[in-house]
Amino acid sequence: MMSTLQQHAPALLIAIPLFAAFSMPLVGKNPGFRKMWTIVLMTLTSLTGLMLACSVFRDGSIVYVFGAADASQALAEGSGFPIRIMFTIDAMSALMTIIIAILAFAVTLYSLAADGGHSGLEGFYSLLFLMVAGALGMVNTGDLFNFFVFLEVASLSGAALAAFRIDKGVAVEAGLKYALISGLGGLSVLVAIGLLYSQYNALNIAELAARIQFTRLDMIAFVLLAVPLAMKCGAVPMHFWTPDTYAAAPSSVTAFLVVTSQASLYALFRICFTLFGDPAAINIAVFGWFIVALGVLSMFVGVTMAIPQKDVKRLMAYHAISQTGYMLLGVGVGLAVLGNAKALGDYGMTSMSGGLFHIINHAIYKGLLFLTAGAVFYRIGTRNLNRMGGLGHTMPVTMICFIAGALAIAGIPPFNGFASKLLIYESVFAFNPFIAIVAMLVSILTLASFVKVFHSMFMGPRQPDHGEVREAPRPMVIGMALLAVLVILFGLIPTAVVESIIRPAAEALLDRAGYIATVLGGP
Amino acid sequence: MDVTTTLETGYGAWSPLVWLAAFAVTMVIALLIRSTGESRYKKDSNQTKPFISGNEAPQDAYHIRAGNLYWGYLEALKGYYQKLVPLHTGIMTDYVLWMFGVVAIMLLIGLSI
Repeated sequence: MMSTLQQHAPALLIAIPLFAAFSMPLVGKNPGFRKMWTIVLMTLTSLTGLMLACSVFRDGSIVYVFGAADASQALAEGSGFPIRIMFTIDAMSALMTIIIAILAFAVTLYSLAADGGHSGLEGFYSLLFLMVAGALGMVNTGDLFNFFVFLEVASLSGAALAAFRIDKGVAVEAGLKYALISGLGGLSVLVAIGLLYSQYNALNIAELAARIQFTRLDMIAFVLLAVPLAMKCGAVPMHFWTPDTYAAAPSSVTAFLVVTSQASLYALFRICFTLFGDPAAINIAVFGWFIVALGVLSMFVGVTMAIPQKDVKRLMAYHAISQTGYMLLGVGVGLAVLGNAKALGDYGMTSMSGGLFHIINHAIYKGLLFLTAGAVFYRIGTRNLNRMGGLGHTMPVTMICFIAGALAIAGIPPFNGFASKLLIYESVFAFNPFIAIVAMLVSILTLASFVKVFHSMFMGPRQPDHGEVREAPRPMVIGMALLAVLVILFGLIPTAVVESIIRPAAEALLDRAGYIATVLGGP
Repeated sequence: MDVTTTLETGYGAWSPLVWLAAFAVTMVIALLIRSTGESRYKKDSNQTKPFISGNEAPQDAYHIRAGNLYWGYLEALKGYYQKLVPLHTGIMTDYVLWMFGVVAIMLLIGLSI
């Protein structure tokens, strides 16, 4: 029984949240049962994801073929060709699965209290489970068209969730913006997939990677894939939708929108390294520099736009853009030196590890920061920093969680953001000292920005307007505390995290031949 | 796996446990120095009241609001912000144009290599 469950864990990873999503309208009318149903099924989803990731890190990559008599048989019998939809789960996919599993669980716990007072919650949780299924599918699928489907599932459910509080016009606008940007991006991805399919009669990523000829059509397909994915992860100068959407969405949704943005970032890296990452065939360094340029722009513009903001969630959204810049920078350096074995060994691998480590760190501390902002909004009903103050007296746990998240995002030791930023600073300095200095300057500005937020929200005497404010409800506190503990834990044992999940993920991303061989066989 | 091992960064190293030990020692030294000071603190006296330019602050000015922070920084970078902020129009067609612009640049680069 257990071995069967383990064998079909990739299918369960999608099946459980989909079952939860479609059953929710049927069983979710009763609030008590809905809560129980939500927490049980999200726990199962997260546990399945963590179990699957553990087995990948322990035993190596997994190929799971849907509909095949033997789910591990990638090639259709007699054809020697991967026909069916399959999941190809290597260490990079497993890393992303861990991120989604952790955040999905924390966000669900939090939302049970934060969003509990609203109507239509069976629809809310249906959409949340759909978004989780979409994100998990995006990072695990080995099929490009299947990726497009999951991208659409995550995008449409995200847009609907962003507009969940329909009594506020700005939320509907935010949802519409997210839907339009996602729709445009999805269309571009679909055209790119069509271009590749028309040439190679294949949709499987490994099959395409093995047969790609780097024709002009292929390069057009690359651009049509890479640019919308960069837009979806909030890279400057295509970041404009991010503050609009993140600020207006419910905080639990915003925290998970960060994760779906990171799933797009994963897809961008997968396209660059696995599908097109052949330095012998094209000058891949040009694309590496393109990603580095996006990263530097995102870091600097994001943080400088954050500082003057008065809306706490809008401010945090700009910081999300800025932090995405670090990830783009770290992994972009790896791509830029992909064809130079010495540079890759000297600093490229470390830079990639830093970038990937920053993905998981950012998901945790940024999720935490959005949840603390949501807890404050839940109690005082405003996101305007000018109308806050003195909340440290009445919301001490929220304040402590905020401090952990703020110090982590600013890269202050010993919190988790410091370890990943240190890897990025030192390796990027070897690549280009000027860029490393910009990265450090951005961290200083990030600290300055969060000092302002901390002072405005929590410091000062009790404000007359907020005299009756109490600490956030317990499920919200548990959700925040879970992430705060991880912020500290990942900061205290960075070596264990890097050696056990980050470096294998970076190696998997670099091992294009290994990814192809996992599906098609061979050495 | 030994979780206490040092994280190698390629050109340096980072050990959170050593940092924590150093932090603890520093805190102990700071507390020792503090304990040698003279205790003159009197609760609920003038010592604990906030002052602005030597005058007792009115109660509504006890807390400096977010809008008043970093005035100097924003003033110094006024030129930068005057160019950057108007780009964030909030208009969807502008967002789409930026994406098309990046696609165009990337196509030029991609087709020329």
